[in-house]
Amino acid sequence: MSASSSIVTMKKVVQQLRLEAGLNRVKVSQAAADLQQFCLQNAQQDPLLTGMSSSNNPFRPKAVCSFL
Amino acid sequence: MASEKAEIDALKKECDGLRTQIEAARKAVNDGSMTGASGGVASVGRVQLKLRKTLKGHLAKIYAMHWATDSKQMVSASQDGKLLVWDTHTGNKLVAVPLKSAWVMSVAFAPSGNLVASGGLDNICTVYNIKAASPKTLRELDAHTGYLSCCRFLSDSEILTASGDTTCCLWDLETGKQKVVFTNHIGDCMSLALSPDMNTFISGACDSLAKLWDVRDGTCKQTFSGHTSDINAIAFFHSGNAIITGSDDCACKMYDLRSDQEVINYQDTSLNAGVTSLALSSSGRLIFAGYDDFNCHIWDSLKGEKVGVLSGHDNRVSCTGVPEDGLGVCTGSWDSFLKLWN
Repeated sequence: MSASSSIVTMKKVVQQLRLEAGLNRVKVSQAAADLQQFCLQNAQQDPLLTGMSSSNNPFRPKAVCSFL
Repeated sequence: MASEKAEIDALKKECDGLRTQIEAARKAVNDGSMTGASGGVASVGRVQLKLRKTLKGHLAKIYAMHWATDSKQMVSASQDGKLLVWDTHTGNKLVAVPLKSAWVMSVAFAPSGNLVASGGLDNICTVYNIKAASPKTLRELDAHTGYLSCCRFLSDSEILTASGDTTCCLWDLETGKQKVVFTNHIGDCMSLALSPDMNTFISGACDSLAKLWDVRDGTCKQTFSGHTSDINAIAFFHSGNAIITGSDDCACKMYDLRSDQEVINYQDTSLNAGVTSLALSSSGRLIFAGYDDFNCHIWDSLKGEKVGVLSGHDNRVSCTGVPEDGLGVCTGSWDSFLKLWN
């Protein structure tokens, strides 16, 4: 790569790093608490956690009833 | 030229300085671990899901699947050269779309349910109208110079693509033209996921980095490192504040967007297989990760522990998905079958 195109590339890298360096970061303890809270608040509505009855299970093969 | 060399050296110094600054800023907010904070959270116990249905119909390796927003229909793509749209409640095939190129790597369902898109080694993202009497090609999005690894619709008029040419792209489906090109990765882009509010998206690439992008202005807002190999799978946590990645380095990681760093690593010494795909349960508590070891392992996202496994495929699990209603998990495999579990 020529020196001038290296410079162009590096300037872009610097620009990107400046953008990322300027971020306001939240404490991990706060972030962790929020993630936990989200999971726990939604746990009761998560069918893969709570399970479901076979009548509510859309993938369960339906029993076939016939009139005798 | 001496002046050019001096300029390059100055820029290198500035890069190094900025990288050190970023690492210091991340460290400064790293005041506790996620797993430590989850010590008080009740365990989910052993998660044992049952195989409910095996969908048979493809004749070769399945590479991708995507749920429709109605949580009933699902589209799968196989290198047998077909897309199949399934009614997962009955197990019936609703539509078969023959592909011009059999080397498909990705498939997506539009939120409306009217369109599906696919692409692969042909470098093209083809969009089909599946509501027509027989599937009709609506658009061929042809501008990437590398394979199409992933595609996701924002609506019937916009789609995002990720490519082996290291870029992602936002397309206007009305004109068939590129609206925004996202350049910053230095390796093939393998996967992308749209944020719940659709203002940002994340991409995972072979440069082992995950990047967060602004959909509208094309800027890369954040870069997440830590993986030591290709990132094959990526997903947003439903709150929109965290992302999960899966890699060839056999680990999954959670990165928090607001802390701008990795907060948990999901890894097990007994698991020596790359992660191919991942999906989250509706609360985000469970991570379903497909691996090269033919299984889909289930992780507790908060505690970082393995809590279950979906076993049954006879080859690599290549794709995993949980529908919007959260009522099950679908796994697709190189063994040509899709399985539904809950």
